[in-house]
Amino acid sequence: MTSIAAKMRTESVSLFYGKNQALKQVTLSIPRNQITAIIGPSGCGKSSFLRLFNRMNDLIPQTKVEGQVYLEEQPIYNARIDVVELRKKVGMVFQKPNPFPMSVFDNVAYGPRVHGIKDRVHLEEIVERCLKQAALWDEVKDKLKTSALSLSGGQQQRLCIARVLAVEPEVILLDEPCSALDPISTMRIEDLMQELKKGYTLIIVTHNMQQAARASDFTAFLLAGELIEFGPTKELFTAPRDSRTEGYITGRWG
Amino acid sequence: MSAVRRTLEADIKEMEEMVLQMGSKVRESLRLTVKALKGRDKDLMNWIIKNDDVIDELARQIDQKAVATIATQQPMASDLRVLIGIIRTITDLERIGDLSESVAKEGLKIADQPLLKPLIDIPRMVEIIDGMLEDALQAFMLRDANRAEKMCLRDDEIDGLRDQVQRELLTYMIEDPRTITRATPLLVISLFLERAGDHTTNIGEHVIYMVTGEVKDLNI
Repeated sequence: MTSIAAKMRTESVSLFYGKNQALKQVTLSIPRNQITAIIGPSGCGKSSFLRLFNRMNDLIPQTKVEGQVYLEEQPIYNARIDVVELRKKVGMVFQKPNPFPMSVFDNVAYGPRVHGIKDRVHLEEIVERCLKQAALWDEVKDKLKTSALSLSGGQQQRLCIARVLAVEPEVILLDEPCSALDPISTMRIEDLMQELKKGYTLIIVTHNMQQAARASDFTAFLLAGELIEFGPTKELFTAPRDSRTEGYITGRWG
Repeated sequence: MSAVRRTLEADIKEMEEMVLQMGSKVRESLRLTVKALKGRDKDLMNWIIKNDDVIDELARQIDQKAVATIATQQPMASDLRVLIGIIRTITDLERIGDLSESVAKEGLKIADQPLLKPLIDIPRMVEIIDGMLEDALQAFMLRDANRAEKMCLRDDEIDGLRDQVQRELLTYMIEDPRTITRATPLLVISLFLERAGDHTTNIGEHVIYMVTGEVKDLNI
């Protein structure tokens, strides 16, 4: 379907919450250095699907995963995998900005410190680089010591992205990152995603179809836990192959 | 169905009806060129020239409505293709209207002189284009890609007739150069009509795009 090499892929993945099956044999390749959007109606399994990629579902009791997910062709549902290391490589940004109640600087430096970096100069370098990458540096460079909670929602979300970048991930998962933001902040995040895809692979779950159409390169449409269609965003939104995709994106139902 | 969805469908329906209305005005102008040429009817030629303003105004209204719909409703998939199809279709209809106007203007140049020869092939060209337009508009309304594709095949007949008209008029001009002033407008008219056929074929392509999302070149 795509000639771009897969950074991650799922192979016949089924996910169960107790007796409920949230995902049904989903097989999908996530193209490297591209933005892949996951769309579908509420409850279709989008967020569950996203959480597979860094094993966040492990934190929910009574979940069972069948099938396999690969990062660079290495299986991640494997007893030998270091989940902390996996979540460092596959970072996540959530719906509501969730900065830690500490300074802007400490938020970004948190991850590197946890991973053993103590040198002040080195930390300063990391913080500056990540805030620049997250397009936030110019706005906060004079208030690195102030509380992250004093920033606007849009700034907080970019801070959370900077925090993810600080541990040098390879893949960034975004779970409706703009649903709590105004249009201007949303545009900033979307611009930022375009910048970030040069160095990272991005997967975004979004309720906003226009956002998926605008901001992604590939789109996957999930319905009731099944992958209905996956393809280049431009094709999926102009001439979807499946009538269920057509029905959903034109608003005939869903 | 949601209220928003109903609004979009109602808007599209209204635009489709406006396209049909525009189409019938374009066909009327086109058909009347034959009557005007045969009867050397200057009043009718002037009417055709005027009718183009009506066609242009309709095109402008449809275009505005389509752009507003895209801006406010952000249509996707088949809805988007239909709107793009509508915008493209009215551009071609508008051009056919212009060409009918141009035929009428050429007609005015020769209206004071007897016809060089009885008109046979030019009316035939108009008849074929008009039939194609009818099919194209039907295919547009019914989203019938097969019908649109079949319609496009008839464009070859028009090209053949144009060649025939040109050969014949050239013979007249070579035999008697004094016929040049009367022959040239007819020659130009045959070229205009051939172009009108191409624009009709384009409409067929737009219908195919609206239905399938494929871009086909049927102007071969």
